[in-house]
Amino acid sequence: MALRDALLLLLAEGTRHGYELKTEFERRTASIWPVNTGQVYTTLERLQRDGLVEPTAADERADNGEHGRSRHDRRRPYRLTDHGRTEARAWLADEDTGAPPRDELIMKVLLAAHSDLGEAQAVIDGLRHRLLARLQRIRERQRRAPDTLAARLCSDALTVRIEADLRWLDLCTERLAAEAAATGAKGRPGSPASTTTPERARGSRGKR
Amino acid sequence: MTSVLELSCVTCRFDDGATVVEALREVSLRVDQGEMVAVVGPSGSGKSTVIHLACGLVAPDAGQVRILGEAPPAVSWRRGGATLRSARGYRRWWADRRRTTIGVVHQRLNLVPALRAIDNVALPLRLAGWPASEALALAEEALAQVDASDLAGSWIDRLSMGQQQRIALARATVGGHQLVLADEPTAALDTVGAEQVVGLLGRLAESGRAVLLVTHDTRVAAWADRIVVLRDGRTVDEVTSGTEPDNRATAPAGVVP
Repeated sequence: MALRDALLLLLAEGTRHGYELKTEFERRTASIWPVNTGQVYTTLERLQRDGLVEPTAADERADNGEHGRSRHDRRRPYRLTDHGRTEARAWLADEDTGAPPRDELIMKVLLAAHSDLGEAQAVIDGLRHRLLARLQRIRERQRRAPDTLAARLCSDALTVRIEADLRWLDLCTERLAAEAAATGAKGRPGSPASTTTPERARGSRGKR
Repeated sequence: MTSVLELSCVTCRFDDGATVVEALREVSLRVDQGEMVAVVGPSGSGKSTVIHLACGLVAPDAGQVRILGEAPPAVSWRRGGATLRSARGYRRWWADRRRTTIGVVHQRLNLVPALRAIDNVALPLRLAGWPASEALALAEEALAQVDASDLAGSWIDRLSMGQQQRIALARATVGGHQLVLADEPTAALDTVGAEQVVGLLGRLAESGRAVLLVTHDTRVAAWADRIVVLRDGRTVDEVTSGTEPDNRATAPAGVVP
């Protein structure tokens, strides 16, 4: 997602000036992505160039009806063009971001789950540890932060993603155990004969 | 910190005659006053056995369980069996602990449908011989602690699962029990209901109790001060809140955890 998509969406609700766009964007996304006003203005200029937004006549909103404002005037309101409205709707409806699934976590496990399954389990255990710690930090923040709907939705989103990752790591453990049992490898995860003792798993974590 | 529950190097085997299953292998675990600890792990990892050990329903084959620093009297063995007298002493010690110190919330809540909520909460005290008026006063207190004062007069089967869970929590803590054991307390609840229940458990811990929570749900476990991960009966990890370095120093402060 780009800032431009968010601005189009906010402008689809009505006319707003740059600073309003910035604060509304941050409020609604629980400040998960802070932007500076400069970014907002540059983006607006680009959107205007592409014919997606247009500045409203200054006197439509300003009290004094003064003309010839500089382009950096913070109170200059923008509105969507018809083209912009179509774009905003299309963005909201499209679930496919087109990003390839090159998740860091997936890559780490895939590259580790090679020959020494015990070592691979140690990597998985280390990653699980970090994810659990991150879940705890989200909770801590949730306890301290102001309890707004945006904040709740935001921590929900982060939480379910981590849950999915943890669930996947559990599946990896099961798959590794099955693989080790099938090949009769000595590195069966979790078994007494495992090459990965809990101490060792903990040790490798400490280094990270 | 006072340790309320302590498992030291506990091993627990189940023998069905044909095969021996080691449910727990050399597990050590400690829950202090004012602390909530969550045990997570897949089914069959030994989670429930931890709860059963902590309230004396199962005896360890090796290692020691201590409640408030005290171990149960040793059982003496003769000719392959425990002597009757020592077994009785052991059982009585645990029964005393469950009456005075340990409150358990079972996965199935085991509330009595023929009783109103407040009488369910007062029941353990009544069974222990408290006079009705005192038992009810303490039950009211316990209900208030889980925000369930308004449910006092309700019949159990008229209550939602979340409300029943509150009643079960109140019953587990009535009379000032210092150790609360909860076995999958959120299994029957939706996400928001689960959050409320685990929030209440956290509040019980903040009020000075020790809470041990067993769950398969990492989201619930994340509310605990410490998460213990079990796999195949062994502790494979332990995560303590606030001790992990946050390696995302580049993230804007206070935004993304």
